[in-house]
Amino acid sequence: MIRTRENIYKWIFTVLAFSSLIFLLGIIVVLFVESIPVFRSTGLFKFLFSRNWYPTNEANPEFGILSMLVGSFVVTIGAMLVAIPLGIGSALYIHELAGDKQKMYLKNIVEVLGAVPSIVFGFFGMVIISPFIQQLLKIPTGQCAFTGAVVLGIMAIPTVCSIAEDALSVVPKAFREASFALGANRWQTLWGVVIPAAGSGISTALMLGISRVVGETMTVLMVTGGAAAIPNSIFSPVRPMTSTIAAEMGEAVVGGQHYHALFAIGFVLFVITLVLNLVAEIISRRYRLKLGLDL
Amino acid sequence: MSDEIRIKVEGVNFFYGLKHALIDVNMNIYKNMVTAMIGPSGCGKSTFIRLINRMNDLVAHTTLKGKVLLDGKNIFDPDVDVVELRRKVGMVFQKPNPFPKSIFENMCYGLQINGITDQKILYEKTETALRKAALWDEVKDRLSDSALRLSGGQQQRLCIARCLVVEPEVILFDEPCASLDPISTRKIEDLIVELKKDYTILVVTHNMQQAARISSKAAFFLLGELIEFGNTEDIFTNPRDKRTEDYVSGRFG
Repeated sequence: MIRTRENIYKWIFTVLAFSSLIFLLGIIVVLFVESIPVFRSTGLFKFLFSRNWYPTNEANPEFGILSMLVGSFVVTIGAMLVAIPLGIGSALYIHELAGDKQKMYLKNIVEVLGAVPSIVFGFFGMVIISPFIQQLLKIPTGQCAFTGAVVLGIMAIPTVCSIAEDALSVVPKAFREASFALGANRWQTLWGVVIPAAGSGISTALMLGISRVVGETMTVLMVTGGAAAIPNSIFSPVRPMTSTIAAEMGEAVVGGQHYHALFAIGFVLFVITLVLNLVAEIISRRYRLKLGLDL
Repeated sequence: MSDEIRIKVEGVNFFYGLKHALIDVNMNIYKNMVTAMIGPSGCGKSTFIRLINRMNDLVAHTTLKGKVLLDGKNIFDPDVDVVELRRKVGMVFQKPNPFPKSIFENMCYGLQINGITDQKILYEKTETALRKAALWDEVKDRLSDSALRLSGGQQQRLCIARCLVVEPEVILFDEPCASLDPISTRKIEDLIVELKKDYTILVVTHNMQQAARISSKAAFFLLGELIEFGNTEDIFTNPRDKRTEDYVSGRFG
């Protein structure tokens, strides 16, 4: 009796444990299957590298996502230029300079920033940052790649900061002591020992920050302007992949080429974030090995 | 053996917050001698040697009263450069703590922070220090390997070499063999005895046989007090204080 019950529990928890895997596989399969028709009709190369996105042209629809890839790329790079100095900088401050009390408050504040819903960031970007940038730089519209990069960069700070701070704090105290005992000062210890030891952890933080930015939808939809064209400057409106899906899914005919093309964009996005996460995982694994910690 | 006093500890009291960790300690450390600090856990011996290179500065909420004179100069005077002091007073820790870098990089670190970048000098000094630490023959063909791939005993000798490379005058050993096997322990002990020719050495140890084997002077600490200080032989064979006798004869500790 008891044994049967234990077995039942065991099965229930096994199923629960593998549920993520099942969902993941389901998503991959659906994304892939739904993307096939467009890869077949347009061809993978043309899909990725043509800049013509005319999904609703009835006579001759075209599905090239190059401008969206570029849009995502530009916004992501810009966002990381904001998130890296601010995120890593705050991690270094929290780890190295803040006192115990300050550390506690700052860590919590950073985490709260991470908990702000993305729609709120989008709203904030749309009604405050975008008009401000428009007036400041005297450009036709404030809804552009630059604004998107700023807002997304701010959104990515918590991810970058808290993972980087974790990486810094697992660097064994013994390394710091050894460095100080050799006559190094605080900055030499930080640059010469602590940061290199935490280096891969910090790059994991960057990877995950990037993957957060690449996958973000609501905010980019609200602040980047949505022009499906290759931007000629960072102050041009762009339309990253995510906002294309969000904006067009509602009007695409279910089962039509356009519909499949949107799935294919989703598939490309998925591959990009998967690769970023894998890279982050590999780096962090290597880093734990390097520090002689258990995996 | 000289009788020249290198370090003079005068009326030192040390507090961690409210905890009185060292109580009115007075002691002389002689040049080119090994002085051992013995006593049960928590007696203040580690705290004591960490004063001498001011490692305790890194611990928050501590207070110090009294003086530690190195060659007549109080190391806690405001005009003393801690960095300079730590270059003069090197330290080897309880657990081997090589940096997660290559063996060569570990050796160069202390030199590079002093502004030495010439590869030839770096290499020469590395070799000299590794030879002194009796590690050269074991690692000369794999200087670019990660230091963490060495055995525990080798890592500890690397840490000694890393300390020697910056040419200190005093070396503090904080239970250097605590995490090592008997063979590695033996090597480190031989090394310490060898090093005393050129350096003034302080060793904290839990192991009384070790103190007896390597030191000329010994200091017995108990609950933050320096109970007895004298020639190691006297401490072990003819202690003046009852508590020292009880400890060295294994009645407690």
